[in-house]
Amino acid sequence: MFGAGGGTSSYREVEDTDVLLLWGSNARDTHPIFFHHVLKAIDRGARMYAIDPRRTATTDWADVHLPLAVGSDVALANGVAHAILAAGLENRAFIARATEGFDAYRAHVLAEYPLDRVAAITGVPAADIERMAHAYARADRAMICWTLGITEHHNAVDNVLALINLALLTGHVGRWGSGLNPLRGQNNVQGGGDMGALPHKLTGFQDVADPEARGRFERAWGVTIPPEPGWHLTDMFKAMERRELRALYVIGENPARSEADGHRTAALLTGLDALVVQDIFLTPTAELADVVLPATASFAEADGTVTNSERRVQRVRRAVAPPAGARDDIAIIADLSRRLGRDLGEPTPEALWDELRALSPMHAGMSYARLAELGGIQWPCPEDGHPGSPFLHGRLWAEPRQGPAAPFHVLHDAPPIEATDAEFPLRLTTGRRLDSFNTGVQSGSFRSPLRRGETLDLSPADAARYGIADGEVVQVTSRRGTVRAPARVDAGLRPGLVFMTFHFPDEVDTNLLTIDATDPRSGTAEFKAAAVRIDRVA
Amino acid sequence: MIRLPIYPAAPPRRPTDGPVRDVALTIDGAAVQVPEGATLLDACAAAGIEVPTLCFAANLTPVNACRICVVELEGARTLVPSCSRKVEAGMVVRTDSPRVRTARKLVLELLGSSVDLSAAPNVARWIERYDAHPARFGPAAAPAAAGARDAAAPGHHHGGDGATAATVAQPAKVDNDLFVRDYGKCILCYKCVEACGDDAQHTYAIAVAGRGFDARISTELATPLPDSACVFCGNCVNACPTGALVFTREFELRRDGQWDEARQQETTTVCPYCGVGCAITLRTQDNQVVRVTSPLDSSVTSGNLCVKGRFGWQYVGDRPPPETK
Repeated sequence: MFGAGGGTSSYREVEDTDVLLLWGSNARDTHPIFFHHVLKAIDRGARMYAIDPRRTATTDWADVHLPLAVGSDVALANGVAHAILAAGLENRAFIARATEGFDAYRAHVLAEYPLDRVAAITGVPAADIERMAHAYARADRAMICWTLGITEHHNAVDNVLALINLALLTGHVGRWGSGLNPLRGQNNVQGGGDMGALPHKLTGFQDVADPEARGRFERAWGVTIPPEPGWHLTDMFKAMERRELRALYVIGENPARSEADGHRTAALLTGLDALVVQDIFLTPTAELADVVLPATASFAEADGTVTNSERRVQRVRRAVAPPAGARDDIAIIADLSRRLGRDLGEPTPEALWDELRALSPMHAGMSYARLAELGGIQWPCPEDGHPGSPFLHGRLWAEPRQGPAAPFHVLHDAPPIEATDAEFPLRLTTGRRLDSFNTGVQSGSFRSPLRRGETLDLSPADAARYGIADGEVVQVTSRRGTVRAPARVDAGLRPGLVFMTFHFPDEVDTNLLTIDATDPRSGTAEFKAAAVRIDRVA
Repeated sequence: MIRLPIYPAAPPRRPTDGPVRDVALTIDGAAVQVPEGATLLDACAAAGIEVPTLCFAANLTPVNACRICVVELEGARTLVPSCSRKVEAGMVVRTDSPRVRTARKLVLELLGSSVDLSAAPNVARWIERYDAHPARFGPAAAPAAAGARDAAAPGHHHGGDGATAATVAQPAKVDNDLFVRDYGKCILCYKCVEACGDDAQHTYAIAVAGRGFDARISTELATPLPDSACVFCGNCVNACPTGALVFTREFELRRDGQWDEARQQETTTVCPYCGVGCAITLRTQDNQVVRVTSPLDSSVTSGNLCVKGRFGWQYVGDRPPPETK
């Protein structure tokens, strides 16, 4: 956000907020302990608005559930802005001091997004949009939190910018209890970004195109760093298609199962000259590999750090010895480096961390000792003794403002790439369940009494229309593939909307159905919106 | 090892919080200063005085059920529960007076005569310290058959025979692969109900059913856990002070005589699943995880986890082949 690369607020602040917009997030099931903080806020009297096409365990806790059409998020956010502006509830002092581009934004949402039009696009009643907009704008403290319902779309970046617009319009950022927070899907997604595992960033979100930052790393490492950004995952698959990328080294990722359009992914992976997979399991991706490097489970068999969704860096520690043959990621990489002609020695996790602290100003004050003592530290933490930063962007409230103004963005709504039609009349959206995780490699190891395997969830009306009984195996087909799964009637779904997870790819490979339409700016595929049809098998 | 209750770390300071003042009081003749809002239990811990607790947990609202933490407060008619009574300036408190010792002794005798406290940490030591004799009510009555206590209707309880001590002994309930409910060890402290309900999980799968000596923790209509509202977060297991709620692996190790705390270590790390980043503490024995908890003072978790963090670690170490991928 505004160049910082992380959510703005602490979980603890959620408890003190007055109005919470949970947008495209089933946090009750997918981020359960974050939701405990939400529950504390609700117990205190905070109002929660849930924006989700499905009725879920999360929307059940909402004051108002806004069941928008899949992929109509920009229209809804612009409609919220319209309602705020129409009522004169924008925060004019904050807009004048901290932002730029307001006039164009104002003219755009007032002209293009009247509530009757927004209601028609989103399917959400205008009165509910207005209610949420007024509550959000009038609150002393208000927060927007989102998950993959925002980011797994072809226009993911626009979706995020649309939510940022709302915070700028109302001044709900940069203060205790007011902010914008993406809830990360994996325990070190944030940390991967922090460490510079992004094509255009060095460690600590320093721009690879910035000669001064690059120079610091070049001097420390004694190498020349190319100033051009690299490829993100989606670019890599495109480069494989062009046969420009011929060798792939995959660490702790299962793209053969997790990527959209599974048939295409498998073809590209098998067509490589060399595929090296480093993982704790022999995943379906590892089964395709030329070389498999067995690694340790980072959270329990190795030492290091991870960063969570509130920018808190925490220590992970070795608690058990790994199975025979499995080696620490650092040791594997150091060995590989030696074979490639550069001897890194045998660095310890702490030595590597200290090197990082010397190069990344936002991590400089986070010694291992302090991380242990404080139960983790939220970046930025620029020096020893600094307590860490519960929330970001307080500078926007300084008088006069410090740093650059935060820009509004003029955004147009864009429906999902794949429209439903006569041949594929149903909208398939995907997500996660409480007791399972992603492709099920880790969560499959425990016997959850809640687990019922993959199902095609559909509304009671659609089940009746197609004459499908609960539990009946049906065939689900998209333009890219076909799978079979038992049907499950779910009253939380509206007619025309069906839902699947991708937790059980060995039984039902849902990603054979999904579309790899990606936002070129984020590289994330539109897992949330494919068009499918259902056929009875019998 | 004496384990003092966790003195709460200073709560996170908000920009809107005012200054915190210290409160001065006297405990067992010594002057003590603690921040306003602290409880007498906090003050005792700050003064290095061990106060036994069973139904108290730092991350739950005190329910004042067990009465073992009572202390004598000068000017008060009755003994006061130290876990919930907030400090006030000038209080004069005694933690080891004859009245306090008698009260704690009676609590231990009544609980010890009717409940299996063998898996409750520290209780054996307290029984010795307070010279409690749980056996003085006679030999234990015969255990209840499976399900018998669940079927007891209010108003139908028959008094004891005077020769044996009534107990809550009954077979353990094993109805899922993750944790066991061994209610012969339950002292009805309500912590599991609190953790499942308003204090943390807000799932409300369990409550107290029945009245008097027939009272017991139950799902709705005593249905097995997999058929109940339970989401298997295990926050109730985390809260249980007597081992009535216990991880399946721990239950089996104890049953087989293999549970050996001398061979165990605790390591705090971070859950491998979603991006919330919950601190988890892995208790291991012989390179196997035997119990997962979360630090009560973690600002991320307040000691609570979900089903994945609590139980989703079974692939580490010896890494058995996964059931499904």
